[in-house]
Amino acid sequence: MKIKLKIWRQRDSRSKGEFKEYHLDDVSKDMSFLEMLDTLNIKLIKQGDLPVEFDHDCREGICGQCGVMINGIAHGPLKNTTTCQLHMRSFNDGDTIHVEPFKAAAFPIVRDLKVNRSAFDNIISSGGYVSVDTGQAPEANSIPVTFEEAESAFDAAACIGCGACVASCKNSSAALFTSAKISHLARLPQGDKETSTRVVNMVNQMEEEGFGYCTNTEACQVECPENISVLNIARMNYEYNKAKVLAKK
Amino acid sequence: MAITGLFLSFFLIIHLLGNLQLLLPAEEAQLQYNSYSHFLGGNILVKLVAYVLYLCIILHSLDAIYLAYRRKKANGVSYSYDRRGRASTWYSRNMTALGIIIFVFLVIHFKDFWYHYKFGDLPTDVNGNKDLYTLVVVAFEQLWYVILYIIAILALGYHLLHGVFSAHRTIGLYHPMYNKVIRVLGVVFAVAITIGYIIIPLFLYINFQS
Repeated sequence: MKIKLKIWRQRDSRSKGEFKEYHLDDVSKDMSFLEMLDTLNIKLIKQGDLPVEFDHDCREGICGQCGVMINGIAHGPLKNTTTCQLHMRSFNDGDTIHVEPFKAAAFPIVRDLKVNRSAFDNIISSGGYVSVDTGQAPEANSIPVTFEEAESAFDAAACIGCGACVASCKNSSAALFTSAKISHLARLPQGDKETSTRVVNMVNQMEEEGFGYCTNTEACQVECPENISVLNIARMNYEYNKAKVLAKK
Repeated sequence: MAITGLFLSFFLIIHLLGNLQLLLPAEEAQLQYNSYSHFLGGNILVKLVAYVLYLCIILHSLDAIYLAYRRKKANGVSYSYDRRGRASTWYSRNMTALGIIIFVFLVIHFKDFWYHYKFGDLPTDVNGNKDLYTLVVVAFEQLWYVILYIIAILALGYHLLHGVFSAHRTIGLYHPMYNKVIRVLGVVFAVAITIGYIIIPLFLYINFQS
């Protein structure tokens, strides 16, 4: 396959970026999108140019590290797929592919296609955990959890934190990411105890990081690699409103 | 946004039901519609609800301005190549634009009917009530006015198509089954309101063409 690439090149967060054009003549349709970028980088290094920087880790679709806008869509044309699980067979010979980093005020560009997603870590550390004493593992059956509860909690916990929801959202809202963690823990007896403080802290942190508000366009679920349900956002709103209405101070 | 929006949606039902009286035969409609308007203007309870309504319109608009500001701030630098539209409906992404159309329409709507009725000098009908009916009928004899209304009502319809279910989501309806029920009811509501409000100007225009 012959591919024409228009890739966003930007030195650092403060400089101005622009699309640069590259040509690859020997792309296999079995390559993953990241392998195609590797091929380009090898070519660039051999020419003495700076390689295109992009985030990646497991390349198995489970770590949430990779993620770029491909032809204007987060993680590219396939729905519910990470960038590393997208293969060149999804494109045609002679195609022009636009590659841009995720863009949001809360995701400053580090370089080229690499963005800083620390804002997500800050949201998690503001409440995305269960406060328990560590020590011996407790007896597994001392807190009963039904199969259905466990499964629905796990559906929310499947979020890999890639940031495609923010990138796909016209408001750059992190509601899907934040709500996935809130509703994951609210569905389990261990986590539910702290729901009201957790939801208020995490929502406040989300706003502090500079993410926008959710207006329920539901674009996030469509592009989410894990197909995290937008109903988690409804759960977050419910828990937030409940916490605010029942607030004791 | 959600609470004011739902109140405004509820008002749309009452407003539509009242105005459907315009579809009665002319003489009957004139007397009944004028006495209905007179009743609304004089009732203290209706007056209180009217103040809540004005407040809701203002708060809903201010909230929209704030949301637009937050969106602009949170988006930062925009994409140079953007195809994100495939993942959501066009009307859900353009609620602000639809809202602006509705707001401009409301200004015209208030000026032409509400202001004239409250502060203008209207002739009275045989019962001594201000003749709002004739004012309405004369207004809708003009084609451009009917077209303006239809455009505004279509904008309202799309605004509701996203707004009604979105409001329930914001309030926190997360139950999967009731979520589906509200989705369907939201569409039924939006379609019913749109058709109901479009019928009135069309009916008056066609019936009173001389």
